[in-house]
Amino acid sequence: MEKKYEKKYEVRGHVLTYQMPKEVDHHVAQQLCRELDMLVEAFAVQELELDFEKTEFMDSSGIGVVIGRSKTMQFRGGKFSASHLSRRVSMIFQSAGLQKIVEVKEA
Amino acid sequence: MEKNNRLKNYAKVSFDACSMNEGFARMVVMGFMMDMNPTMDELQDVKTAVSEAVTNAIIHGYGVSDCGEANGQEAAQVEMTCLRDGQKLTVIVEDKGVGIVNVEEARQPFFTTKPDMERSGMGFAFMETFMDEVEVYSSVGEGTRVTMTKYIAIEEFEEESEQ
Repeated sequence: MEKKYEKKYEVRGHVLTYQMPKEVDHHVAQQLCRELDMLVEAFAVQELELDFEKTEFMDSSGIGVVIGRSKTMQFRGGKFSASHLSRRVSMIFQSAGLQKIVEVKEA
Repeated sequence: MEKNNRLKNYAKVSFDACSMNEGFARMVVMGFMMDMNPTMDELQDVKTAVSEAVTNAIIHGYGVSDCGEANGQEAAQVEMTCLRDGQKLTVIVEDKGVGIVNVEEARQPFFTTKPDMERSGMGFAFMETFMDEVEVYSSVGEGTRVTMTKYIAIEEFEEESEQ
């Protein structure tokens, strides 16, 4: 396991808040997807929130992560949101129309 | 303005087609363009475009999905060239992988040949959004070369504007 990205998450009831890494690229996206799916399954999560507070860089791989998790949560009949988007991350979200599939919480 | 005192610079790196080198490529290009006085946005734009191009070379050009696969395959190398001509930055990302059958199709937003990998198909669209010019040369069985250009704005009154 790499120490570069300190991963943190919090589970309250059926709500999972996940701290997204500093850089979301293809390299971390692979592990991220696996980890998120495992956590959602393990805690029977009904509400998933991705917290982008620490995210400084994100490329199109991050879009794949969001679209994939959106499908998972839709399948489970749960809620899905993203919070603390930086101006940059917000721009990436908009360029792919992600605000249509994920509730973006204003800081 | 004298035309002949434009600063020129050239750098070339070659690295294994392995996902952990995506971050490395971003750091290299960031270091290269630092002297051009880019804004934070320009820096992020180039980093994002480079990340897309290198990721494409790795997962599509060489079909590497896990880092271990690249081990020992000396042929699986991604080459990145950075060129500076005044405030014009050119980054070339090249692989000797499978090549792209239909470049026009590949450049379409949301087009992907690997839907199972949870990719968004936004790679080329992002390169076009964040760079000024993007050229793609590809030959099936021989590889792909992506040439991206960006003009970094010059701060007009450098001496006075800072603080």
